[in-house]
Amino acid sequence: MIVRGRNERLLVRDIAHARAGDKGNTSNVNIWVYDPEDFEVLKRSVTPERIKKEFPTLVRGKVTRYVIEHLHGLNLVMGAALEGGVNASLNLDSHGKSWSYLILGLTLDTGESATGAER
Amino acid sequence: MAKGNGTFRIGTGAGFSADRLDPAVDLARRGKLDVMVLECLGERTVAFAHRDRMADPCRGYNTLLERRMRALLPACREAGTVIITNMGAANPRAAAERTRDVARALGLSGLKIACIEGDDVSGRLGKDQPFMDEPGTLADIGRPVVGMNAYLGADAIIPALEAGADVVIGGRLADPSMFLAPLMHHYGWQNSDLAVLGAGTLVGHLMECGMQITGGYYADPGIKDVPGLAQCGYPIAEVAAGGSAVITKLPGTGGCVNEATVKEQLLYEVHDPAAYLTPDVTADFSRVKLKDLGQDRVRVSDAGGRPRPEKLKVTVGFDAGVLAEAGVSYAGPAAGTRGRLAAEIVDARLKETHKIKSPLRVDLIGAGSLFATAGKTRNDSEDVRLHVALRTTNRDEAELMIWEVESLLCCGPAGGGGYRGVIVPAVETKSILIQRDLVKPTVEIFVT
Repeated sequence: MIVRGRNERLLVRDIAHARAGDKGNTSNVNIWVYDPEDFEVLKRSVTPERIKKEFPTLVRGKVTRYVIEHLHGLNLVMGAALEGGVNASLNLDSHGKSWSYLILGLTLDTGESATGAER
Repeated sequence: MAKGNGTFRIGTGAGFSADRLDPAVDLARRGKLDVMVLECLGERTVAFAHRDRMADPCRGYNTLLERRMRALLPACREAGTVIITNMGAANPRAAAERTRDVARALGLSGLKIACIEGDDVSGRLGKDQPFMDEPGTLADIGRPVVGMNAYLGADAIIPALEAGADVVIGGRLADPSMFLAPLMHHYGWQNSDLAVLGAGTLVGHLMECGMQITGGYYADPGIKDVPGLAQCGYPIAEVAAGGSAVITKLPGTGGCVNEATVKEQLLYEVHDPAAYLTPDVTADFSRVKLKDLGQDRVRVSDAGGRPRPEKLKVTVGFDAGVLAEAGVSYAGPAAGTRGRLAAEIVDARLKETHKIKSPLRVDLIGAGSLFATAGKTRNDSEDVRLHVALRTTNRDEAELMIWEVESLLCCGPAGGGGYRGVIVPAVETKSILIQRDLVKPTVEIFVT
């Protein structure tokens, strides 16, 4: 579990793992904490509002977040987030397979004003 | 007859069109499998297969079909393992005939090869069909359609199993349905048993990407270490009559199966975890339970099911011209600055000098490419690669683009090297829905 007061610039990757998938122009990233005690921090850090704010030019559609409480995971479904989708995108990664690390690269909101809450 | 102490053993021998073969042979030999599934078809590959078939009516199936069958048929025959695959892609009949030829050449007589057709619904839909998840209709495509394939479910596969097929080959068989069908056939699950259909679909969903559940596509050194990835084993599902299953792999293979590897696959390409749509059922993965039994064994249970969707999904592939890609690299001090100058030059040459208006993208690999649209770039790299991509229906534009990038070797910034350029045919896909009664799957058996 993350330790309070020593969590400067911690990333989602420090407490969770993730995988991205694509269907058409919609990307989904599932994210799971290693330690259930970190789940609240993950839920606070990875919200649809934050995704829209962090990546406004990439994630153009609606973001829906499903919470899988008993397995301590989230499923982010991001509409119009694949630059047209696998067969139309000009991104080298046209599947958006690396979007998992876009999410894992976000700083954590540990609830402490002096630490990871700032971007 | 199930081979595993009261459970039915299904292995995955390919999780995508270009998946590894040698671990599949190992699994066929040592896995004591009832069924091996080779899942080899995606939205892109089915469209490309149609293009292959148009160029040569004898082709249009998975290009690795013959190699896979040559390597796997003897071991599966020996073990009494039924092979189920969608390697038929756009031409299941040709795939079945090639498989028959391979079996005969191997001296395997009396082998029953089932060919499932009927997924190709070209010409059966009006131009006014709306797209499934975006505005517009088929009439808006404006380019030649190369293929239309409906996703077939377990009900298209079961008749082949009832006929005693040793190998079942189809085209657009839905991925999880290839696992659900033999379970329904073996355990006598009915279409009304929605919970077990959900459970069998969960097994199929977890297994369909092969090693993505046994440690493949999972490693992140230092945080998520995976042993022996170069010798990673394909997964095995030991499925009980009630639908719960243990996901595992062969002893002595690389990789790992644990709760984390299963979780990442559980919601891979899933939107609402409570409503995963297949031709067979609306599966509910939202209350799935996982239990790590140790030694690369994870028990999965508690999937649910609701009635199947009313209509079937159809992938429509159409000719989208070509994708051209070209690149030049810059290294050392100020590599990023020189790379950016190269990008500006190419952009100006293509848009202003040559008036190209087709979708063009210029990236600097090493300074921000995959995440460029997300606004994440950096300036301190000493090794960057200019990468230019262009989609166009005009081949001249594609050739002009790669020529302009190559010309940077003499006309661009200092120190550029390592030019490569390639032009490949492009196929775009859209999804529509079709009434079930317009799709009529058939089975034909070839015997060696």
